[in-house]
Amino acid sequence: MSVPQQIITIAVIVLGTVLTRALPFIIFPEGRKPPRFITYLGTVLPSAVIGMLIVYCLRKPLLTNLHALPELIATAVIIILHRWRKNTLLSIAGGTVFNMLLVQYVF
Amino acid sequence: MESRRTIAGAFREALVKTLPICVGFLFLGMSYGFLMKSRGFPTVYPLFMSMFIFAGSMEFIAINLLLSAFNPLYSFLLTLMVNARHLFYGISMLDKYRGLGWKKPYLIFGMCDESFTINCTSTVPEDVDRGWFMFFVTLLNQIYWVTGAVSGSLLGNILTFNTEGLDFVMTALFVVMFINQWDSSEDHRSALVGTAASLLCLFVFGSGFFIIPAMALIVLVFALTARKEALS
Repeated sequence: MSVPQQIITIAVIVLGTVLTRALPFIIFPEGRKPPRFITYLGTVLPSAVIGMLIVYCLRKPLLTNLHALPELIATAVIIILHRWRKNTLLSIAGGTVFNMLLVQYVF
Repeated sequence: MESRRTIAGAFREALVKTLPICVGFLFLGMSYGFLMKSRGFPTVYPLFMSMFIFAGSMEFIAINLLLSAFNPLYSFLLTLMVNARHLFYGISMLDKYRGLGWKKPYLIFGMCDESFTINCTSTVPEDVDRGWFMFFVTLLNQIYWVTGAVSGSLLGNILTFNTEGLDFVMTALFVVMFINQWDSSEDHRSALVGTAASLLCLFVFGSGFFIIPAMALIVLVFALTARKEALS
C-alpha cells in the first residue's frame, strides 16, 4: 500500500468510527424531541450495554472452555470485593492483580 | 459563571475516576505502539491513529488493514461493523450530552467504551460541573491512550515485569460499573437482558460477529416487553 492509500484507509476508519458515535446525535438533534421509544431506550440501554461490554471483553476466553476460568474467578473476586468495601479503585485493582496472579502462577 | 475553581474541581474528579483507565490505556496503548513499530510503521502512524481513530480494538484491526491490499470500502464497512456498539452509547447519551455547546462535538468524537462507561454511570458531587467533568474524562482518556501508543512505539517494550493478565483491568472496570449500575436501580431487567442476549449471541454466532445480532436482540426484547410503559 502506498502512503496516500494508507492515509485514505486511516481516513475511512476515522470516518466510520465517528459515524457510529455521532449518528444518534445527527438523527435526533437537540431541538427536536426524539420518539418515545428512543428516549425509553436511552434509559434502559446503559445497563444493558455495559453487560454487553463485559461479554465482549470476555468473548475469547468464554469460547475456549476452561480458559475463561481465571477471568471468571477474578470477576467473582471483584463482585465480592465491591460488595464488601464499595471502593471502585480497590475492586478494579484487586480483581486485576488477582487475575494476573492466577494466569501467571496458577493456570 | 464558570470559574477556575469549577473547572479545577471537575478535573480532579475526572482524574480520580479515570485512574484505572490510565493504567489500562498506558499498557494497552504501549502494546499497540510496540506492535505498530514491529510491523515497520514509524511513530507518526500510532500518533495520528491513536489521536484520530481513538477506538482501541479498531486500531489493532487497522494494522492488518494497512498491511493488506488497498480496499477502502471494505475498511469502511468493517469499521462500521466493529464499532456498531457505539450507536447504543449515542442513544444512551442523547440526554446527558444535551446543551453542552462546544464540548459536545468533542464528547461525541471521544466516546470510546471507557469514556462512555464513566460518563454514563458516574454520579458527580453537586459542586462539580457535569459538562466539564465529562469533557475531562474524555480528554484524559485520550491523553493516556495517545501517550501509551507513542511511548510504545518510541521506547518499545519497557515493562520489565510479567504483564500477562494486566489487560483484565478494562474488564474489571466494566464489571465494577455494572455493579454500580445494578445497585443504583431497583429494576435489573435491562442489565439481565443485555448480558443474556450477548451471551446467547456469542455462543450462537461466535466471537467474530455477535455484537450486531446481540444489539438487534436487545432492541427487540425492549420493544416487545416495554411497549406499555414506554408509550404511556
